[in-house]
Amino acid sequence: MIPAEFKYLFPSSVDEAVRMLAEEGEDAKIIAGGQSLVPVLRMRLAAPTALIDIGGLTELTGVRDDGDSLLIGAMTTHYEVQRDHLIQDHALLLRLVTDTVADPQVRHRGTFGGSLCHADPAGDLLAPALALDAVMIIAGPGGRREVPAAEFFVDYFETALRPDEILIDVRVPKYTGWGAHYEKLNRVAQAWSIVAVAAAVQVSGGKIAAARVGLTNVGSGPVRAADVESALIGQPASAEAISAAALKASSGDGYKDNLARVLTDRALMAAVAG
Amino acid sequence: MTATAEPEVGKARLRKEDARLITGQTKWTDNIQLTGMLHMAVLRSPVAHARIRDIDCSRATTMPGVAVVLTGEDFAAEQGSLPCAWPITEDMKAPPAPALAVDQVNFAGEAVALVIADSAYRAADALAAIDVDYDELPVVLDLEEALRDNDLVHPDLGTNKSATWIYDSAEAGSGTNVEDEIASAEVVIERTFRQQRLIPAFMEPRSVVVDPSADMFTIWSATQIPHILRWMLAAVTGIAEHKIRVIAPDVGGGFGGKLQVTPEELLCLLVARRMGRPVKWTETRTESMLSAHHGRDQIQKVTLSARRDGTVTGLKVELLADMGAYLRLVTPGIPILGAFMFNAIYKFAAYRFVCTNVFTNKVPTDAYRGAGRPEATFAIERMMDELAVELGMDPMKIREMNWIKHEEFPFNTVAGLTYDSGNYEAATARAMELFDYESMREEQQRRRSSGDPVQLGIGISTYTEMCGLAPSRVLGALRYAAGGWETASIRMLPTGKVEVITGTSPHGQGHETVWSQIVADRLGVPFEDVEVLHGDTASSHKGMDSYGSRSLAVGGTALVHAADKVLAKARTLAAHMMECDEADVEFASGSFSVRGTSTVRTLGDVVLAAHVAHDLPEGMEPGMDADATFDPDNFSFPHGTHLCAAEVDTQTGMVKIRLYVAVDDVGTVVNPLIVDGQVHGGLAQGIAQALFEEAVHDEMGTLTTATLADYLVPSAADLPGFITARTSTPATSNPLGAKGVGEAGTIASTPAVVNAVLDAVRHMGVRDIEMPCSPERVWNALQGRAADASAPAAGGLGSIDAQGGQS
Amino acid sequence: MHISVNVDGVTYADEVEPRLLLVHYLRERLSKTGTVVGCDTGNCGACTVHLDGHSVKSCQMFAVQANGHEVTTIEGLARDGRLHPVQEAFRSNHALQCGFCTPGMIMQAIDLLADESDPDDETVRKGLEGNLCRCTGYQNIVRAVQDAAQRMKPGAGPKIEQHSDENIAAKQPVGGE
Repeated sequence: MIPAEFKYLFPSSVDEAVRMLAEEGEDAKIIAGGQSLVPVLRMRLAAPTALIDIGGLTELTGVRDDGDSLLIGAMTTHYEVQRDHLIQDHALLLRLVTDTVADPQVRHRGTFGGSLCHADPAGDLLAPALALDAVMIIAGPGGRREVPAAEFFVDYFETALRPDEILIDVRVPKYTGWGAHYEKLNRVAQAWSIVAVAAAVQVSGGKIAAARVGLTNVGSGPVRAADVESALIGQPASAEAISAAALKASSGDGYKDNLARVLTDRALMAAVAG
Repeated sequence: MTATAEPEVGKARLRKEDARLITGQTKWTDNIQLTGMLHMAVLRSPVAHARIRDIDCSRATTMPGVAVVLTGEDFAAEQGSLPCAWPITEDMKAPPAPALAVDQVNFAGEAVALVIADSAYRAADALAAIDVDYDELPVVLDLEEALRDNDLVHPDLGTNKSATWIYDSAEAGSGTNVEDEIASAEVVIERTFRQQRLIPAFMEPRSVVVDPSADMFTIWSATQIPHILRWMLAAVTGIAEHKIRVIAPDVGGGFGGKLQVTPEELLCLLVARRMGRPVKWTETRTESMLSAHHGRDQIQKVTLSARRDGTVTGLKVELLADMGAYLRLVTPGIPILGAFMFNAIYKFAAYRFVCTNVFTNKVPTDAYRGAGRPEATFAIERMMDELAVELGMDPMKIREMNWIKHEEFPFNTVAGLTYDSGNYEAATARAMELFDYESMREEQQRRRSSGDPVQLGIGISTYTEMCGLAPSRVLGALRYAAGGWETASIRMLPTGKVEVITGTSPHGQGHETVWSQIVADRLGVPFEDVEVLHGDTASSHKGMDSYGSRSLAVGGTALVHAADKVLAKARTLAAHMMECDEADVEFASGSFSVRGTSTVRTLGDVVLAAHVAHDLPEGMEPGMDADATFDPDNFSFPHGTHLCAAEVDTQTGMVKIRLYVAVDDVGTVVNPLIVDGQVHGGLAQGIAQALFEEAVHDEMGTLTTATLADYLVPSAADLPGFITARTSTPATSNPLGAKGVGEAGTIASTPAVVNAVLDAVRHMGVRDIEMPCSPERVWNALQGRAADASAPAAGGLGSIDAQGGQS
Repeated sequence: MHISVNVDGVTYADEVEPRLLLVHYLRERLSKTGTVVGCDTGNCGACTVHLDGHSVKSCQMFAVQANGHEVTTIEGLARDGRLHPVQEAFRSNHALQCGFCTPGMIMQAIDLLADESDPDDETVRKGLEGNLCRCTGYQNIVRAVQDAAQRMKPGAGPKIEQHSDENIAAKQPVGGE
């Protein structure tokens, strides 16, 4: 399948990219790794008049230590996230989730920021971004602004990003020493998850000091299992306590509700063990 | 010429084909570039059933690079109807099947217009500029609803029923009356199974190039059937057959999916004729899913009668088979190929098979790996398990007490076939040993009693199948339009090298290697000295091509006969050269000798003598070539025992295959490496039917699984390793003793997996789970919720439909 | 747009439409037809090539994105007339039938072995999850990749066969394009 024609622009800075977006108008699109966008273009499900390729903006690549948090450049590839020591030490959950994103080829080109902006509710990185209280740092014509993940994911394939804005960095608080796990159920390795659960747990003295739980593909965007998190605080890191808390992941009796509970239980157990 | 001491047959030869395939030197049809070549793109109907009110090509026609835009009206006078070569009954209803829809579309994906442009990119652009006005008609999708004839796919036919085909053992004299057996039975089991619709999903998308120059139409096509295609294109277009040359270059898989005369092949030919320039069409994956024929799609109602001791007596099969919107090349005959296999390896007294072929507004169905036989095997192997459950017997015991014993061959079956050979006991014993059946049962028991959330199930499939398609007289009796023979030629070149021309048309099977082994053995020439030519009607003027696990059993036998003809002539000439009586000539390891003397002439010496023809016996023609055509007397009947251990996570419904053992008896094995490979690939496709794959249509008739993101072809990460082994009882119907192996794995594995899944959860109250056994279906069954036949198995989210953001 | 791309060791300078997919550039413009197209959605992996030493799906990027980069295809693997050990292993283990997925499968296997020098069965299967094969059931592909790992081990076989992607793997990963 063959995409329709478009103009292709290579900005040399974030500011230039923002300017190009403004100049090209609403039908222009940013292309990051392109691993979701190119198939959409090939199927002619979208026909932007211009693509602004931010692949050359090296300042958007890599993970930096910023005191209490990490700054992850939007153009950091999944492959780089998987191998980054700061992520490994302070945001293990992100690495574990990223390990399951698509396949190795896609992880070589697909980017952390691109996945978040694509906002596919079945996309793996949304739930951990939400659960870990990530903050999106966005560049636009009026300068920079910050949007917490809880406000960033608006609906199916829709974010708080305005048409003239670009996600440049993602700030993720440090979760040093936390256990983490991503429990994903999909029919085949390449399929999107039916449901998946991202969990990070801080255990101290045999008790759960804090927990973060995010659900993938149970709604129009990622879902924070806040009831589960609060039910866990102060509880012993035991199978009983975790199973009881996991029941709060969903109250319905449908298949996905069941999966939300079962996979939350499993994710938390593994996170505690890890 | 050196002698080959070690026999080639049975040797794990590495493949000759691989050198080009691992280096990217392969000749795929889409690689072909010809001077002045135009590109064809096909506009397809987005709706499943509609009158075409208007097609506006005005914008598209004026776009850059566009040579012409064509619609069905442009071809109405010349396109004829795509051929159906298998009218299964005299009164079968068959609608006209235009390659390009003229005034009505009958499935979503049907071709409605063509853009011919100077590049594929520009053709795609113009395609988007064609406006079609559709007047939508009621959509017929469900088989049982279709039977009611409330809405008709083809109003002119007056019904959605195409044909009803019956086999009855009482009428045929091959057994008793099934209704009598059912009436007098101690146990009667009735079940209905659904064979979901599958998509062959060969990896190489179809591609056609037609070059009309040089007073000849040369057609390259990614097809399994170059010979049949040539014949059919001549018949449909009226172009003289000798002015058509069809070449199947390297073809990237078929699995029955390229056993077709496609609309696009015909259209490329018509466009090339009209334009006087070469034309290429290469499909996208989505086009392939939307328009290349699908497979399976049946509802099987099966009634089995038995005695309390477990002896089966009668089997009644009532099928509804979905034809889709049109009858393609062998569409109506696919379910009929299963008619002879429902009784399988068991000794039923009575058998009745009734198949009703039904039209719907879906992609036409046709051959897909196994074609009719996987459906039959699934049904009977599921029924044997159901009977075991009903009687509280071990499922293997119940099979054992009903199967044909090895000393009972040849065996005339209740379906009217004669099984020539087999040893079900031997294959089963080997499989049970490799599987460690008893300890697996013990573990299953342990998990049941401990209430383990992950339950273990054991699935059995003791299958047989019929292949080596086929004795021509049988095909004739079944009203198939062609024969089932195969042909081979051997050309002995003056330097002693050998050219083999085969009528088979490999697309991954390794015929270049295996045919070389057969000839090397027979003629005593080195393996490397044999070149196999195939897939070009200019070099191989006749052949019946490759499908139905027929190539070795039929085409390989033709090759043996051709080699024997070469040797017979060479023997006469050798006797002449050595001045002895022909009766005294011995042949071994590529050399003729006179018994009791040291006089020797190599085959190469004799071939050269025949070639120069200086001194030939009276009346002998120069040269040393031979042709042979073999028409088998009987089908061949591979069989085997497959055992599957499946773990079912009762909390999520997820199924994981823990162990899969396949012991197959495919008769004599020429190349064990290739046989194992065929089994592995077959298993993957059969397992995929059980667990993953399903073509799903929405209520409007749109295929919602039209990409590989939605149609779940398993990857390496989704499949287990397999343990494969073999037993061997040679076929008696051909001199090689070969039975065929292309479809065995697919035929056997689907019921083994589903039986295992059910065995894992049956004690929890589950009676059946529809295929594919997706986690959601399994979990719903465990909750006692009825499976919704129309609901797709969840998980393959087509998120590609949505608009992307920054990505 | 003007691009300059090194493909299999040769630098090509071309004028291309921005929408030209890399795989079509390779096939149609450079006649590198060893790399094939199997789907529209990036699922099948048949079009896998290496971009600066890392596997990518060449139907999921535009030729203009390869400007200034190095592309290696199945046609650029053999050195001095000798097959790459992974190619050799695919042949010796009968890891292909129709061969359509093979170029992509081999390119991905090489990428996998650059990261995992001695992968177990599961690692190989996971590493190939972006490549579909319809013929082999993957069993012999997995075997071939593990066999290739042994062939590529330091000290295994003649020096010529010890080539792996070290020189390529040492380069910076493809940064966020």
